[in-house]
Amino acid sequence: MLKDITLGQYFPIDSVLHRLDPRFKIINTMLFIIMLFSGNHYLTLVIGAVFVVMAQMLSKVPLKMSWKSLKPLLPVLVFTAVLNLVFIDTGNTLWEWRFLKITEGGINTSIFMICRIILLIVGSSLLTYTTSPILLTDAMESLMSPLKKINFPVHEMAMMMSIALRFIPTLLEETDKIMSAQKARGAMLDNGKLMERVKAMVPILVPLFVSAFRRAEELATAMECRCYRGGEGRTRLRQLKAAKRDYISLIICLLFLALTVTINIIFS
Amino acid sequence: MAILKTEGLTYTYSAGTPFEKTAVDHVDLCIEENTMIGVIGHTGSGKSTLMQHFNGLLQPTSGKIFLENQDIWADKSRLRDVRFQVGLVFQYPEYQLFEETVFKDIAFGPRNMGLGEEEIKTRVLETAAMLGMERELLERSPFALSGGQKRRAAIAGVMAMRPKVLILDEPCAGLDPKGRNLMLSQIREYQKKTQSTVLLVSHSMEDVAEFTQKLLVMSKAKLFCYEDTNQVFRRADELRQLGLRVPQIASVMQALRKKGMPLPEDLYTVESAREALLTLLRKEETPC
Repeated sequence: MLKDITLGQYFPIDSVLHRLDPRFKIINTMLFIIMLFSGNHYLTLVIGAVFVVMAQMLSKVPLKMSWKSLKPLLPVLVFTAVLNLVFIDTGNTLWEWRFLKITEGGINTSIFMICRIILLIVGSSLLTYTTSPILLTDAMESLMSPLKKINFPVHEMAMMMSIALRFIPTLLEETDKIMSAQKARGAMLDNGKLMERVKAMVPILVPLFVSAFRRAEELATAMECRCYRGGEGRTRLRQLKAAKRDYISLIICLLFLALTVTINIIFS
Repeated sequence: MAILKTEGLTYTYSAGTPFEKTAVDHVDLCIEENTMIGVIGHTGSGKSTLMQHFNGLLQPTSGKIFLENQDIWADKSRLRDVRFQVGLVFQYPEYQLFEETVFKDIAFGPRNMGLGEEEIKTRVLETAAMLGMERELLERSPFALSGGQKRRAAIAGVMAMRPKVLILDEPCAGLDPKGRNLMLSQIREYQKKTQSTVLLVSHSMEDVAEFTQKLLVMSKAKLFCYEDTNQVFRRADELRQLGLRVPQIASVMQALRKKGMPLPEDLYTVESAREALLTLLRKEETPC
């Protein structure tokens, strides 16, 4: 079923991480990414791992979900590992065949890269697991608001994003319904040759587009009726307020980053 | 003879996630041939989910469905055949129209069945006529039609497959009262002509009272009852406890009976109530 696609993969439970101010969560995630990529020693990976495990436990999101976000990226991981393994040419050569060469340096780098990417994915997906998409866009708007000074349409962008996010589930549901309706009329959707399959999409895409346009028009009218005129002077339903725990989380992240940098300096 | 049968049919949405919900809970049913059946129940009582099981769009979490004594999930390659025999019209079916002309859209189902061009043409014309659609309408784009006509075109698309069982999910939603009555009597005509089984999901007690022979009542994912329509409306108090109504006229008759008027129990259409009241009045006029 289409509904099983996790696009906005928000996992609606209550935890400390869920309650954090989304702006701080975005900043913290960025700090975490910097931390991972600035580290160049195995110890920094250990620190990254400690950070991820800690965050994962605080978020109360089941490990199964993290596996779910990791699984589709496995081919990329394998690809990176193989590339690093084969083309990095430092240290003792362990095995050689024509232009392919496996060296100690290559093995080292690929293990390092894999660990780094796994930590990156698991850690940063916690952001989307613990923050609803709407809150995320709100936070983005708030974080990007300095750009207004150079006439960048921050509010409009954020509005477009939240409308798009808001309609993803609606359109998915609609697609599901249209697919069921056409299947009920004997449409064959999942077998046949490529051309047949493309043709089979027509009975789904046409109604879907028609309904998307209809919804867009209705929404625009509804917004006009409520005198929408852009972001100026608009107040918010959900006010973002930073609390003590948000600053604490920021300090923790900064400390972890500092630790990574220190290790880098000591071991370089 | 039973055309559709379910045994312990259960369906759970999103099993194993925080959104888990049992929509259909151990439903045992036996649906006869050549009947007009009303399906009623509160929003979220599992009617629509149950209906989607009848033509194999949803696979039961547990339990079985039989179409003419054959388990429809026994052989998955036969599923498409099941869908031709059990036609399902969704709510607001006009949103599934896609072809260039109404004719082509109605012909989509029959064409998928692999019928010959001649047969397709006969079926499309026959079905369109049954639903009161003029011939010149068939050459127009379905997107240029009025709301009621779009609805008819979409319903015709399923009827033209001549299914043994036709399921209509609120075919009258959003139509005006006159349109409703016309649509329902056309559906009844179709049922009589094809001798098929028609399941009519509806929220209007008046409609099901007037147009159906049997009623299937769902409540909180469970089957509350499946009986003759008049039998069901005798249990007015139980229905009210489920948050459902009985037809207005049935309530009036019940109130009159409580006041001591000697009225029979099975009065749930305006027509029959009128007859009963008139006979009663005539009796009183004649001196004893």
